[in-house]
Amino acid sequence: MTIRINGTDYDPPEDARVSLLDLLRDRLQLTGTKVGCNQGACGACTVLIDGRRVLSCLTLAAQADGRKVTTIEGLGADGLHPLQAAFLEHDGLQCGYCTPGQICAAAAMLVEAEAGMPSYVTADLTAPVTLSRDEVRERMSGNLCRCGAHNGIVDAILSVAQERAA
Amino acid sequence: MSRVQNVIVGTARSALSWVPAQWLPGGTPDPLIGRHGEIGRQASRIDGEIKVRGEARFAAEVAMDGLCYATLVHSTIARGRIARLDSTAAETAPGVLLVVTHRNMPKVASPSLVSMSDPTAVGNSDLPILQDDRVHYNGQVVAAVVAATQEQADHAATLIAIDYEAAQAETRFGQAKSGARIIPSLLIERNHLSFGKAERELARAPHRVDNLYRTQWQNHNAIELHALTAAWVGDRLTVHDTTQMIAGEAAALAKAFGIPRDQVQVLSPFVGGGFGGKGMWDHQIVAVAAARMVGRPLRLQLSRESVYRIVGGRSATEQRVAIGADADGCFTALLHDGWSVMPPYGACPEAYTLGTRSAYRAKSFEILQRHIDIAVVPNTFMRAPGEAIGTFALESAVDELAHNLAMDPVELRLRNMPDKHPITGAPFSQHAQDQAWRDGAARFGWEQRAAKPGTRREGEWRIGMGCGGGSFPYVRMPGAAVRLTVRRDGTATLACSGQEMGMGTATVVVQQVADRLGLPLSAVTVEIGDSALPAAPMAGGSSQTVSIAAAVLAAAEKLPAELLRLAGNSSPLSGLRAGEVRMEGEGLASASEPARRETFRAILSRANLEEVSVTASGTPPLEMLKFAMHSTAAMFCELRVSDVTGEIRVDRLLGSFDCGTILNPRTAASQFRGGMIMGLGLALTEETLLDERSGRIMNPTLADYHVPVHMDVPQIDVIWTDIPDPRSPLGARGIGEIGITGIAGAVANAVFNATGKRVRDLPITLDKLL
Ligand code: FES
Ligand code: FES
Repeated sequence: MTIRINGTDYDPPEDARVSLLDLLRDRLQLTGTKVGCNQGACGACTVLIDGRRVLSCLTLAAQADGRKVTTIEGLGADGLHPLQAAFLEHDGLQCGYCTPGQICAAAAMLVEAEAGMPSYVTADLTAPVTLSRDEVRERMSGNLCRCGAHNGIVDAILSVAQERAA
Repeated sequence: MSRVQNVIVGTARSALSWVPAQWLPGGTPDPLIGRHGEIGRQASRIDGEIKVRGEARFAAEVAMDGLCYATLVHSTIARGRIARLDSTAAETAPGVLLVVTHRNMPKVASPSLVSMSDPTAVGNSDLPILQDDRVHYNGQVVAAVVAATQEQADHAATLIAIDYEAAQAETRFGQAKSGARIIPSLLIERNHLSFGKAERELARAPHRVDNLYRTQWQNHNAIELHALTAAWVGDRLTVHDTTQMIAGEAAALAKAFGIPRDQVQVLSPFVGGGFGGKGMWDHQIVAVAAARMVGRPLRLQLSRESVYRIVGGRSATEQRVAIGADADGCFTALLHDGWSVMPPYGACPEAYTLGTRSAYRAKSFEILQRHIDIAVVPNTFMRAPGEAIGTFALESAVDELAHNLAMDPVELRLRNMPDKHPITGAPFSQHAQDQAWRDGAARFGWEQRAAKPGTRREGEWRIGMGCGGGSFPYVRMPGAAVRLTVRRDGTATLACSGQEMGMGTATVVVQQVADRLGLPLSAVTVEIGDSALPAAPMAGGSSQTVSIAAAVLAAAEKLPAELLRLAGNSSPLSGLRAGEVRMEGEGLASASEPARRETFRAILSRANLEEVSVTASGTPPLEMLKFAMHSTAAMFCELRVSDVTGEIRVDRLLGSFDCGTILNPRTAASQFRGGMIMGLGLALTEETLLDERSGRIMNPTLADYHVPVHMDVPQIDVIWTDIPDPRSPLGARGIGEIGITGIAGAVANAVFNATGKRVRDLPITLDKLL
């Protein structure tokens, strides 16, 4: 089988130990996906597999076999993705290192909320989810930012959520 | 930092106090101050788009043919020697190219410790690097494995067997205090400072507070890991590193490996966060040596654990602050002393008393820092080293005094605002912290604070407000050089080896070049991040922007003469001298007859030249010696504390700043907020846990060291006075570190206001409130 990454098929690596993260960064030069901990604690390595957010450092490349992976490079393949534009507009970045992970996580998070998945701060577990500032903050808490771009990141995501709801 | 240095700085200061201010840099304020141009506008980050696309190439992302990968092995004892090291299994493991230990590491002298007087001295530790079998702290590098892939290197590293012969090591802060030493200087300031009879004033003051405050070990935790990709071609070395000191690192590597400076190129166009942690440590030396040994380009990306083990953070401190006040709340005594760690092989004095010297007026001062030696990775500069934690102790003490006096804490601070440097008497270049306090209090709604602690409540939550002052000295580094090029197509480029770590440096450089040359923003580009360019100083001390700005100013002053020379006799400018023209409207114009003008394009076309370049350095930063120059802040916090769990939630945070001209409101606001958020971590969540028995860091992971996450960060309001500093380039002062100063105090004071409980020990975790 093959791993389809941003629309192109790749063979899984021969070394079974290779994580999806290292496949992307070291072997395919898709270095838009970042690494901050290699143990699932920072979110910098977030990519989408079949549209859902995963931490590529905790995913063996072999686990992505036969599935569709989207990285930051594939997200805005034709022009800027609305989230990428919103991050620029709201200065949701400083060093830019956590940024691809934040954007990929946000892309999947918007879909999760639209599908009605509740979070820790959702009051009514059965009603449709409205993305408040607190909802976004809670749902994005797996993505660390050390520069402190948090306010801009949440503003950017809220602006896209509102556009999509309209 | 020696006695000699004290004498030199002292002598220079007293000589300068006789020099009229207008003779000094900034005596005639920078002509750009107050002019409406690109400076002061919300220009977007010039590197924003490639960053959101994931196209910005960081140090560990440079592809090279034949690249191999390295992993480090760390000691598990604090002090002693390696009795046995068996690397046979590692050497024969698949893919392994090399195991480096003290047995085969080439002779390399460690870089000299960081020094204010030598920009090429950039070492954070001067311990030997893999030169012998001795171990000096728990986590020190004892071996490195190089293999064809990262997986192979990581696996082989686990196969190295080491037996140690442990020696006695002091690893306990409390016990090491008795052997503390007193160093003469803290950076360029005298350490011990005695002004008036502070202990006596304190004893006789009608109101006084006198308490001990403790702050924790911390780590920078930039999200990008320390990493470099190094390649040798013959005796030429190219290093892609993530560093805050490009020029210094290139010089240090040249020295360490015995090659001429121009044979080393360090490239670091993007740095994924630094905060003081991305300097020279052992890993660069090991990686560069290993690359030479294997004869292949090599990448060493530290694991997060390795970063904790060999890159030091902020020292823990124990600080005493005592304040005596008269019946009106005017300070009669201000005492600040304490202990922090500085091993003899490290260089960071953690100057937590520096801010205290200029924060408030007082009749007497007594200030002293003591340094203790324990066997740990050397602590280093971390965002607002000293000030971030010194203001916690000082601003908590002021709050405690206000409570004793039954006075509003803002009022007490305003009553003790200095109008000149309280100790040296030096005039402030510009100082409007009082305005920052008043503007901040009004905007925050400070009047809603309950004067009596523990009286506001909503359900299980007690609610409180607190405030804290912050201050950070203005620093401009000597020796920044830039090259300014103007081209025939009407564009210009500013080049220097500066570093962009997310502060927005590159963006404001473009803005000021546009203003200096009278060009539109779109015509200006910047080249930074390369040691082959004219040497900029390191990014540290919130000094980079003004240091580069002074050099840009010098280059822009040189450029008109060059252009007039090229313009020749048939130009409308013919006969004019450099002092008689201005750069505006994409060219030169006569200052007195603005109709006499010619564009850069026209001048260069006639001269048949593609471009003209000038290189210049900034003037020596004498303004720092003549004036008291500080960025200041007033911080406000509102939070809730749960009666049930002791959990603290910060609901509102406001920073009100007086930092001179704000060059770009958008990137500046992000800088301020970033500092404030790191301050929240210092106050509430972050702590590097050292096992005091073994000297080993017990939580070297982002899972166990808690940096603030989205849910911990409220919406943060930032405002500023925007009053230009007449003594600095562009009227600006530093903004990168002021954001973290004052926050921990504001949070602790809000916790007291909410609960009536005074916590003098950071971080304020819920167990301390139950
Ligand atoms: S690198 Fe995957 S979560 Fe940090
Ligand atoms: S922008 Fe630097 S870590 Fe988030």
